[in-house]
Amino acid sequence: MLGRLARHPGALCGLALLLALVALAVLGPYACRWSFTDVDYTALRQPPDARHWMGTNRIGQDVFAQVAHGLRKSLLIGAVVAAVATGLAAAVGASAGYFGGWTDRSLMFVADLLLVLPGFLVLVVLAPRLRQWGWLALAGLLALLGWMVTARAVRGMTRSLKERQFVVAARLMGVGPVRIIWRHILPHLASFLITDATVTVAGAVVSEAGLSYFGFGVQPPDVSLGTLIADGSDVALVYPWMFFFPAGLLTAFVLAVSLLGNALRDALDPTTVRPAGPPRGAVSGLA
Amino acid sequence: MSVLIARRLARCVVLFLVSLVLSYALASTALDPRAYFEDRRPPPPTRVVDAELARLGMDDRAPLPVRFAHWADGAVHGDLGRTIDGESVRAEFGRRIGVSVRLLLVGTLAGTAVGTLAGVWSAVRRGGFGDRALAGFSFAVLCVPTFVLALLLKTGALAVNRAAGTGVVKYTGEHTPGLQGDWSVHLRDTAAHLALPALCVALAAIALYSRYQRAATLDVLGADHLRTARAKGLTPGRALLRHGLRISLVPMTVFFSFGVLTLVTGAVFTERVFGWPGMGSWLIDSVEKGDVNSVVAVNGFAAAVVLLAGLVADVLHALLDPRVRQP
Repeated sequence: MLGRLARHPGALCGLALLLALVALAVLGPYACRWSFTDVDYTALRQPPDARHWMGTNRIGQDVFAQVAHGLRKSLLIGAVVAAVATGLAAAVGASAGYFGGWTDRSLMFVADLLLVLPGFLVLVVLAPRLRQWGWLALAGLLALLGWMVTARAVRGMTRSLKERQFVVAARLMGVGPVRIIWRHILPHLASFLITDATVTVAGAVVSEAGLSYFGFGVQPPDVSLGTLIADGSDVALVYPWMFFFPAGLLTAFVLAVSLLGNALRDALDPTTVRPAGPPRGAVSGLA
Repeated sequence: MSVLIARRLARCVVLFLVSLVLSYALASTALDPRAYFEDRRPPPPTRVVDAELARLGMDDRAPLPVRFAHWADGAVHGDLGRTIDGESVRAEFGRRIGVSVRLLLVGTLAGTAVGTLAGVWSAVRRGGFGDRALAGFSFAVLCVPTFVLALLLKTGALAVNRAAGTGVVKYTGEHTPGLQGDWSVHLRDTAAHLALPALCVALAAIALYSRYQRAATLDVLGADHLRTARAKGLTPGRALLRHGLRISLVPMTVFFSFGVLTLVTGAVFTERVFGWPGMGSWLIDSVEKGDVNSVVAVNGFAAAVVLLAGLVADVLHALLDPRVRQP
């Protein structure tokens, strides 16, 4: 599978781009002499030059330092959300599929219910409380609202796996249901879950940026890509570096993860032609 | 068929009611209408704030079930309560729903139609230049988050207007305020304002649906019954449209119901960026003010749109695929 992945040009491009972005997020703040809160009063609204690699904003903060810090925050949130949401989807989907009956019906009712209200609206409503709780709560909520579609898919696959001989054999030997799910069913779904987690990372980053754009996500003085895009958007023509650097990096990140996700899907399942395309957000398909 | 629809409808109604209760509970606990009044300068006395909150049915000292019962009693009789500024939620709802529905309807219809056709075309021309160009376009659009796409369109419109020296492309608001003239002037004005936001909603839909439709059509292209249709003398185009398209649309109905969720959320951004006074910008404004009743109304609207889209998708599915119709 890794061999197939290595021969995929999209995978290599995506991986290279992703590594570059992660490097920027992790190492960027150390490489730059400014921190994201530093104000350079001698350089207000400066275009990019040797002193400020991506220019400065209206009050003289270095855009490169801000973008690197914002990217770091965005990626951190994306990773946490993907881990929690995928874990939750696997647990709920596998239990619903394996136990069937009332467990199945009630769990799927909850999933349907969470899908009815666009998750983004729920997040917006909760935003005033989120301001007090910080970014970890934001990540937790994004995860809590982003597991439903995956759980449905996991449930379907579990139902067919349940009838397979190795699961039946384990059950007849007296292995408990939790152990069967953990040892026999989830390993079979690992490839799907890994692919899905990649897609969820991109979705979560986009959701977080969208919330922060409205001022509901990450709060100042902290910055994320969303707040930077919001700050730069109304002066995009006059001071393009304030808008196009954060917007471009957000797009580049989604592009990298989508390329990688598609390549993973192809590598794991070369027979089917699947619609290619990145996700529209972790939270019930948020754009 | 009617049994199927009735059962789906019952499920939708239950989901709608439960989501309404939950969103009322959510809005009442998460929002803080008291802060909206207390932040006024000079701050009004607590007694006045209490009386005002009680009058609006947002009094945070009353237990939640009591507040909900009061609101639900009004809602059953068609009264959705008052906004935090004392106006009727129902009147505001009426003003804004037309704006949002126009945007969503035009965007979704244009996006679904163009996306489906582009997908079929792309599958027929598999591997050709057009197919690859469309794939590249879809991928690019899907990689740009909706709010960035809207901002880019708006910036582009601004640049065009600046280059042309006049307001060729309209990018703010939903009509020109104070416009004089007969209905044709107004219609043209509204259409000009609709173009860019609808394009923003439609572009995402085109990109999404064309990918799904391409895959679904490719699955059908090699099917036996299509070969039979060709053998009995139909041209390739007719065979594909008469016998291929119908089957390939079946899986699309599922994507349609999920896609609407995306579009509703995307419309919030689109309305906000283009300054449309629709449901989406109402939600953002209401949350900032702590306006519980308005937030519940918008959430109810969103839930109704999503459930309705799911219902339409189910009915279409049953119409297209006779196997589903057996209960």
